[in-house]
Amino acid sequence: MSTMSDHARTMRNDYFKGFGLAVLLTVVPFALTAGGWLSPTHALLAIAALAVVQIAVHMIYFLHLDLRAVTDEKIVMLAFTGIILFLMVGGSLWVMFDLGARMM
Amino acid sequence: MHTETAHSHEAMLFEEREFGFWIYLMSDAIIFSLLFATYAVMRHATAGGPGAADIMELPTAAIETALLLLASVTFGMAAVALEDKRRNAILVWLGISFLLGAGFLGMEIHEFIGLIAEGASPQRSGYLSSFFVLVGTHGAHVTAGLVWIATAVAQLMRTGPTEAFAARFKRLGLFWHFLDIVWIGIFSIVYLPGVLQ
Repeated sequence: MSTMSDHARTMRNDYFKGFGLAVLLTVVPFALTAGGWLSPTHALLAIAALAVVQIAVHMIYFLHLDLRAVTDEKIVMLAFTGIILFLMVGGSLWVMFDLGARMM
Repeated sequence: MHTETAHSHEAMLFEEREFGFWIYLMSDAIIFSLLFATYAVMRHATAGGPGAADIMELPTAAIETALLLLASVTFGMAAVALEDKRRNAILVWLGISFLLGAGFLGMEIHEFIGLIAEGASPQRSGYLSSFFVLVGTHGAHVTAGLVWIATAVAQLMRTGPTEAFAARFKRLGLFWHFLDIVWIGIFSIVYLPGVLQ
């Protein structure tokens, strides 16, 4: 470890930071599921919120996505993916659950 | 002067490839999101067969999650070793990442075989089809990741930590960490809600 450069050390600490946050954000939803302290609806909402936070943590610490230093092309790419996801996933769920409700 | 422009040209090429790889990852994210949407729609289409609560086991999901998360951080340690061009350390960390990924895959295959033996096979219901397609597609990606790690090890042993290796390694890292992100979706949408209800 004595041969490690400063830059490598910063990088390693970032991975450790990301890993620590990821462990916390994983253990809490598993504990909520196993413990049964919240009602299922509240537990589901908490799991969903923690998942979104954890995805952001992984993007920042593991995929090194730095939103302050990102190129315009990458912003467009991410925004376009977001729009497609919103339309296709949101649209599918809307149509299918609406259909499901009407078939009851 | 000549070598300098050749070098920056190469660096630009690697950057372009990384951007292209990001586009691939985003297209993969769209595929997975639609598989998640399909799963959500099929959630109660069990056709009288086993549902989420019957086939999910929290300990299995927890161990799989731990293996994949550890594989992500050990890959990060390989990236740190590459920063100082410590060849042997890169090899060791890549080897550990490979074993953790293989352990994850082994557990998943074991889980699938167990489910099929109990009669919870993909053809049993729309729900089970969507479950196997979603989780199986992720497993197929992990398999591809393992093959890629193995080729990275072979390339490193042949050429050492060159610029070309580092560029490919970076894309492999994006892929590997991306799979962990998809897994967050799988345990949050498939396993935990399955156990809760």
